Amino acid sequence: MGFLARARVKSPWILHYCTGGCNGCDIEILACLTPLYDVERFGILNIGNPKHADILMITGPVNWRSRHVLRNLYEQTPDPKVVIAIGVCAATGGVFHNCYNVLGGVDKVVPVDVYVRGCAARPEAIIDGVVMALQKLEAKKSGGVSYAAGAR
Amino acid sequence: MTWPIIVAVAAVLLAPLVGGLLRGLDRKITARLQGRIGPPVVQPFYDFGKLVGKSRVVSSKASMAWAWSYFLLTLTAFTLFFMGQDLLVVFLILAFAGGSLAFGALSARSPYARFGANRELLQILACEPILLLAAVAVYFQTGKFTVCSILEANQPLLPYLPLVFVAVLIVLGIKMRKSPFDIAASEHAHQELVRGVYTEYSGRFLALMELTHWYKIVLLLAFIALFWAQPLWVGVLIALGAYFLELWLDNIAARLRWSWMLGVSWSLGVGFVVVNLVLLSVVV
Ligand code: SF4
Repeated sequence: MGFLARARVKSPWILHYCTGGCNGCDIEILACLTPLYDVERFGILNIGNPKHADILMITGPVNWRSRHVLRNLYEQTPDPKVVIAIGVCAATGGVFHNCYNVLGGVDKVVPVDVYVRGCAARPEAIIDGVVMALQKLEAKKSGGVSYAAGAR
Repeated sequence: MTWPIIVAVAAVLLAPLVGGLLRGLDRKITARLQGRIGPPVVQPFYDFGKLVGKSRVVSSKASMAWAWSYFLLTLTAFTLFFMGQDLLVVFLILAFAGGSLAFGALSARSPYARFGANRELLQILACEPILLLAAVAVYFQTGKFTVCSILEANQPLLPYLPLVFVAVLIVLGIKMRKSPFDIAASEHAHQELVRGVYTEYSGRFLALMELTHWYKIVLLLAFIALFWAQPLWVGVLIALGAYFLELWLDNIAARLRWSWMLGVSWSLGVGFVVVNLVLLSVVV
């Protein structure tokens, strides 16, 4: 692995956005940064700026309002990037699935690379998800991943 | 004339290495102080490599030109310093480099970058008087403004300029973007106004910012080392001590408002330098 490829895997910066869930998963994401899990030892930083991010961590079922923000954040993140949907509501809508204001899942708006299950997702599962996302990030750069034509 | 050039070229080549490692140590020590394990010491180089490999997103062409100007001006100041040239020129170029960063942020229509830029200008306003007066203090002591004159002097500066040294430590804190002075943009995990002046830069331009930051840190630490240039290794130890003092301060201090920063640097910082100059001219 060349230095650049190695660096990409060693330094994932994360942007986290809640599209309207209960905030349970957001708290679990932030728990990953605490001394107990300390994801900074893998070079993972929680960054507040989509333009600096590599990994988008999205929680919540996406409602009609937040989809614009989500789309915007996705487009502002420079390639190569991966999207992780965290929690069941980010995957399918979860407990919110048939609410009138809810789209039901992050993949209704942007392509998702990794789904982390749980309500709320455990920090261990989130870290696992990031590891998986990093493999995908690597594959993406080398052209190993492509999205289906219908992917939005 | 060949020696200064060799020293300057070596410094330009080595500074990114030293700067990156210092930043890595910074993150490691900060993590340890917070009870975490922290990233590997070479993490800044990984971050740099990652940023270089990202795709280009340009929000405004002008801000990218200013980014280059920020880098090149800092590099010029750095080279002049290590060639043993005039400290006044070095500090003025450094100030204009900081200005470029702010103008770059102002060229993109982003509210966060705009706030960051305004605060960056305030930071320059806070630092510059101290740095320029410190150069004057060097003149009082050695009779010249040049770095060479400090190296050729036969006693160290620190016993004569202790208060100037304290004032320069305040500048170091501001330039390192460490609490309590991280108001224009903060380093790594801290966030201020999204990312302050850096908000609109991404990918390789952010990498360029990072590289410039490394040069700037090394330049300031080298200036601090000059306070004990006979022999120089004592000065280097003092500079490292100052660096770790800033890390410690960063972890125990909260962020100040910009008005506080100006207050501290103008009253305490400038005050210290002036008192030191007066004492020097009265006593010696
Ligand atoms: S998955 Fe559950 S815990 Fe997570 S945001 Fe949705 S409702 Fe909350």
